[in-house]
Amino acid sequence: MLVRLLPRNLEYLWEEQKLIKIVKRDHPSRAIFFLTPVLAIFLTLVAGGLIFYILGFKPFEALKFFFIVPIADMYGFSELLLKATPLCLIAIGLSFCFKSNNWNIGAEGQLTFGAIVSGGVALLFYEQEGFYILPIVIVAGAIGGMLYASIPAILKTYFNTNEILVSLMLVYVSKLILDYLVVGPWSNPEGFNFPETRQFSESARLPLLVEGLRIHAGIFLALAAVVMSWFIFYKTYLGFQMKVSGFSLKTAKYAGYKGKKMIILVFLISGACAGLAGVGEITGPIGQLHREVSPDYGFTAIIVAFLGRLNPVGIIFASLVVAITYLGAETAQIFMQIPKYTGQVFQGMILFFLLASDYLLFFKIKFIGSKK
Amino acid sequence: MHKTLIRSFVSSLVFLFTFTVTAVAKDVKAAFVYIGPTGDHGWTYQHDVGRKAVEAAGYKTTYVEGVPESADAERVLRQLANSGHNIIFTTSFGYMNPTNKVAKEFPNVKFEHATGYKREHANVSTYAARFYEGRTILGTIAGSMTKSNVIGYVASFPIPEVIRGINSFTLAAQKVNPNIKTKIVWAFTWYDPGKEAEAAKALIDQGADIIAQHTDSTAIVQIAEKAGIFAFGQASDMDKFAPKAVLTSVENNWGPYYVDRVKALANGTWKQKDTWHGIGDGMVVISDLDSAIPADVRTKVNQLKKDLASGKVHSFTGPIYDQQGNLMVAEGKTADDGMLAGMMTYVKGVEGDIPK
Amino acid sequence: MIIDINFVGLIITSIMASSVPLILASCGELITERSGVLNLGVEGMMIIGAIAGFALMTVTGSLVIAVFGAMFAGVLISTIFAFLTQTLITNHVATGLALTIFGIGISAMIGKNFVGIPGKEFPILFGGLKDAIPFLSPILFGHSIVFYFAFALPFITNYFLKKTKIGLIVRAVGDSPDSASNQGINVRLVRYLCILYGGSMCGLAGAYLSMIYTPQWIENMTGGRGWIALALVVFSTWNPIKILIGAMIFGGLTIIQFHMQAIGVRIPVQFLTALPYIVTIIVLVVISRDSRKIRLSTPSSLGKSFYKDH
Repeated sequence: MLVRLLPRNLEYLWEEQKLIKIVKRDHPSRAIFFLTPVLAIFLTLVAGGLIFYILGFKPFEALKFFFIVPIADMYGFSELLLKATPLCLIAIGLSFCFKSNNWNIGAEGQLTFGAIVSGGVALLFYEQEGFYILPIVIVAGAIGGMLYASIPAILKTYFNTNEILVSLMLVYVSKLILDYLVVGPWSNPEGFNFPETRQFSESARLPLLVEGLRIHAGIFLALAAVVMSWFIFYKTYLGFQMKVSGFSLKTAKYAGYKGKKMIILVFLISGACAGLAGVGEITGPIGQLHREVSPDYGFTAIIVAFLGRLNPVGIIFASLVVAITYLGAETAQIFMQIPKYTGQVFQGMILFFLLASDYLLFFKIKFIGSKK
Repeated sequence: MHKTLIRSFVSSLVFLFTFTVTAVAKDVKAAFVYIGPTGDHGWTYQHDVGRKAVEAAGYKTTYVEGVPESADAERVLRQLANSGHNIIFTTSFGYMNPTNKVAKEFPNVKFEHATGYKREHANVSTYAARFYEGRTILGTIAGSMTKSNVIGYVASFPIPEVIRGINSFTLAAQKVNPNIKTKIVWAFTWYDPGKEAEAAKALIDQGADIIAQHTDSTAIVQIAEKAGIFAFGQASDMDKFAPKAVLTSVENNWGPYYVDRVKALANGTWKQKDTWHGIGDGMVVISDLDSAIPADVRTKVNQLKKDLASGKVHSFTGPIYDQQGNLMVAEGKTADDGMLAGMMTYVKGVEGDIPK
Repeated sequence: MIIDINFVGLIITSIMASSVPLILASCGELITERSGVLNLGVEGMMIIGAIAGFALMTVTGSLVIAVFGAMFAGVLISTIFAFLTQTLITNHVATGLALTIFGIGISAMIGKNFVGIPGKEFPILFGGLKDAIPFLSPILFGHSIVFYFAFALPFITNYFLKKTKIGLIVRAVGDSPDSASNQGINVRLVRYLCILYGGSMCGLAGAYLSMIYTPQWIENMTGGRGWIALALVVFSTWNPIKILIGAMIFGGLTIIQFHMQAIGVRIPVQFLTALPYIVTIIVLVVISRDSRKIRLSTPSSLGKSFYKDH
């Protein structure tokens, strides 16, 4: 009896009950492909409401402060876009890696390194003005991200090293490098040794789009990345290869390892995107280098990539959804004293539910009806 | 008849006026932005105690904890300013730029920034406490009670505030015991119990029998308790976390200042200012002295408290020499606020260099 | 500088204490990985163990309930991971990451009411002998039972893997799940159990942090140790004894760094902290270059989902 309780194989268990038959699909269902993210979000809301209730908060009110209030006004909506921009950008880059079975977990490190390089360049020009400064800074950031991403790429292609662990370890290394620079050599000489650099000159800042709001030109970078990735995925052979490998478990092996060049290419793309996200943060809202420049965007972007099904349009929507969990956690804290970590709880749950509902992609549940 | 009418009329006017004023006054909503959790029993906890004092005085308050000193701070400040708060207290140095930026856009909201130095707009004030005065007391106790002559100091970041604390502590300890050495370890964090505990352990292993800290958690005093040595609490009375180890603590008492500023806003008398208060003004408080402190030290400390409060004694009275032997403050003179604010050199007797 | 032997003994003790959570979590994750499952959720499981242990200790007052409760909490949370990756065949990497993010969040939510409460005194063993022998005494005596368990664990784990039948089954499942399955071994069940075991050890590691090492609860108090534990497993080439050494090195680096500061040696703090990560990458490269060697060390099916066609 106990053996039956162990989920040895769902098929057998439920078949024995003769209620449901689980049948493997021949190919993944397209309808489900687009529905599961929605299902996952819905389940997250329900679970979230439940958690609020258990903690003693009114569920509907909490959910309102979490999801509606933050974007209820123009400023709030612009903050949403502001937060979604780096998430979208990084996730687009990640989609290239994930589709081809390269697990770049170190986007956060590439973001940080991109911020370091571009920040360093911006500091070189800190007293100068000139329209040429910003492009140089941006390019520097992309290069920084690419350089950093090339490490796991090269180690994987030429040394057979697992990219998951390498890219992950490098995240911490980059954060420590940033910390060292900001606390030490790069700290503002006129800043009484406080751990922050000088502020960048106006020329090194991304121009604001609307007076009074914080969204900046970085959003164009994100949109450009979306368009570019859409083009590559749907209009080029490279993209076709990636798409095929993304759907099927078996052909992943073939398409994923086709040539060392492709591996390096996808890592470079991903690194550049993450690096650009880093530039966006420091030349956008922050305006200088701090010891921390990102609230783990690189990791959350992984969730965005999955939620968006590695699809450029999906990623746009996914980044908005995940961005709201950041804002919502803050607002809920201000107005209802709900602990701010609820944001992460939501993010984790979305991914759990999405991964779980993916089961429906590959398996169909047929209701036979009880036969007793 | 007329007299009574006039009297009642005037008195009702006065009543109405007071009522309106107090009603309006009670409409002042204060917001507090914290960098850490209110349960840290250190820096943020004390600010929250101050906030509760404002509530006790009859005003509505809001608080947000764990706000990182990053781009997100600006959004939080803006949300608070936008939702009916008239005065916002930002309780960490790193909020300096966001505070000033948001202050520009909300000229009718007052901003009070702790430990900062920028007041770019008329609605921004800054405030800080002369923690170093408290350290003078701690140093006196430490110097009197150390047996190994090695005093451990867990410091956070090499900024003037921390250097000042180290210096005033060492100077005071040296006055009662010229042989002491202050060993400093930099944790490079304000709040990380794991790291702070390890730093304390290292100092204890190095022979320190008294530990002082300029970091915010209670981990250090707890380690001291386990090791059977003495320690001092920081920002808050940490005695209940380490009853045997904690000799006393330097408490930050923000309540009176907060109530003062909120009341000023309510009365319409709020003006921009820079406040730097010490023991005398009650912003820095020394907790109860532990019974382990001998009577003669106790008397000395109590007298010192009075003298610091009245200004008779100044923490930095010359002659003060730096590690190389150069004169920093001449004999008989005291260091002025400017020198204190930018202090970046150790005094003689402190071991090691300031990290850069 | 005269080196006092007592002093060295004290430093070694501090290093050992600091390495306990790493040993526990790594040995747990080792078993999980040996069965072919890559569970990136170590950090999440540790922090949940930390809050569970602290909360139970504060609420019930019983240390026994707290310790076992923390282990059970680790088991519970890893069940989610097991169900997703083994039954619903989800991607290991994403699931593990979700577990970490979720774990950190939910522990902070639960822990909100427990911030600022001092922890209870945890009983130590052989406390009386603490000063008996110079150098050896502080190392051997006066520690909690969790400490002693942690230092026994690598040897127990090694024996288990090499000399017991179940250990052999675990290794078979990890190296060649298809042939193991063909021989009648229930691969899914074995992996389930290994995941749950890993969860219990990570939970214990977290509880050690919040109940013994720094007896209090702070959000995010594991501070990245979970990721170091993951690195340790690879760094030690899936060998429990090497985990013991590696944990001492990793744990010791922070302690050494403070001591170096205290005696006036100036090395950037961040460099020392980064060292474990950099060294791990180097080791990874070295062991991966030789494809024969890597076949010997890495469980071949690590990270790959096992699906049985019927």
